[in-house]
Amino acid sequence: MDIQVRVWRQSGPSDRGRMVTYDVKDISPDASFLEMLDVLNEKLILDGDDPIAFDHDCREGICGMCGMMINGVAHGPERATTTCQLHMRHFRDGDTIDIEPWRAAAFPVVKDLVVDRRAFDTIIQAGGYITAPTGTAPDAHATPVPKADADAAFEAATCIGCGACVAACPNGSSMLFTAAKVAHLGLLPQGQPERQSRVLDMIEAQDEAGFGGCTNMGECTTVCPKGIPLTLIGRLNADYRKAVGKR
Amino acid sequence: MAVDTKVRPVRTKVPATRSTVSLKILMAVTGLLLVGFLFAHMIGNLKIFVGAESFDHYAHWLRELGAPLLPEQWYLWIQRAVLTAAVLGHIAAATILARRARKARPVRYAHRPKVQGSYAARTMRWGGVIVLLFVIYHILDLTTGTLNPVGDREHPYANVVADFAPDRWYVTLWYALAVVAVGLHLRHGLFSAARTLGQRTARGERIVRRAALVLSVVLVAGYLSVPFAVLTGLVS
Repeated sequence: MDIQVRVWRQSGPSDRGRMVTYDVKDISPDASFLEMLDVLNEKLILDGDDPIAFDHDCREGICGMCGMMINGVAHGPERATTTCQLHMRHFRDGDTIDIEPWRAAAFPVVKDLVVDRRAFDTIIQAGGYITAPTGTAPDAHATPVPKADADAAFEAATCIGCGACVAACPNGSSMLFTAAKVAHLGLLPQGQPERQSRVLDMIEAQDEAGFGGCTNMGECTTVCPKGIPLTLIGRLNADYRKAVGKR
Repeated sequence: MAVDTKVRPVRTKVPATRSTVSLKILMAVTGLLLVGFLFAHMIGNLKIFVGAESFDHYAHWLRELGAPLLPEQWYLWIQRAVLTAAVLGHIAAATILARRARKARPVRYAHRPKVQGSYAARTMRWGGVIVLLFVIYHILDLTTGTLNPVGDREHPYANVVADFAPDRWYVTLWYALAVVAVGLHLRHGLFSAARTLGQRTARGERIVRRAALVLSVVLVAGYLSVPFAVLTGLVS
């Protein structure tokens, strides 16, 4: 199939950047979106142009590295799918596809479609951990966890930190990401000692990084490749309220 | 090509009392207080269907509310002070959060389909501004009587009837639009308040969303019934 892409090109953080149109010919409908960009990049290199920079790693939907706004939707039109798992058959021959980087003050563009997501690391560093003795791994059944809690915690833990929630949020808020981390640890017995300080510190880090606030629109959960539920934000809010009250 | 990865977003210290979540809790609490008032106000309004005497008597009773514990009108003024504080707190928090949201996305998307959230959710900010403008007009109209064609503080029934007279259709239209704006604001606002205060189950979300819709519809219907009744001559 032959398509046209309009891609955000920005040579560095201080460049203003602009949308540039490229023709991509003879793309297999079975190619992934990133493979389509690989093909385009090979052509750009042969032409002596600068290839389009984009983040990617595992290309099997579990690492959270890839991600771009495709026609204004984070990770493109398929629900619960990362950009690397999106295939060209979901587009039509002759389509023009707009590709932009995540847009957020906390995610400055490094180059083209690559953004600096270290703000997420800062949030994790603020409280996304548990205190546990180092050494050999404890026996799996040393701390009993009710099945329902384990399942709910696992659902939250499937967050791969790709940043689509921030990119889609009209407020540029990282609330779904932070809520997933707070819930995943807060639902388990191992996460209880830091439960209060965790939510306070992670929200502080989130605000300081320049993310906006949540208005419960639900854009985030719609584009989330892992389908992290919006209800987790209510859990974070409840934890936060209790933690502030006890401080 | 060397890529400068040292660029970091500007950091500003945010104390817990002004964190986004704290501001949202403030908005939820003040919002729910105002919704409580809206329902009490609506029930009072419906007294117009009982008759002029009953409606005027109710209006006068509001001034005596709290007596003999409190001198006349004291309760009324306390309530006004609390409601004004709630409105100011709600607006202040909304303004800070809206400005933070704007700063959080300095570069807009070139291609951005309409946000999938409901119309009510998308219009919270401008809808709130419309509601504020209406509240100011409404106080000047039916509390102080400044903008009312009758403006007789002793006979509120006559004020209401004169207000929504058929030849003043533009007043009725403006009133109706504002009431619908309140309804939309609450449809998302009530759900949002519940979520902010800790609602966290999928089943609870369905219940809260449905309750928000039902309460908003009841409120809009209750408030619109008065001008509609005057317009059709049911109340005169």
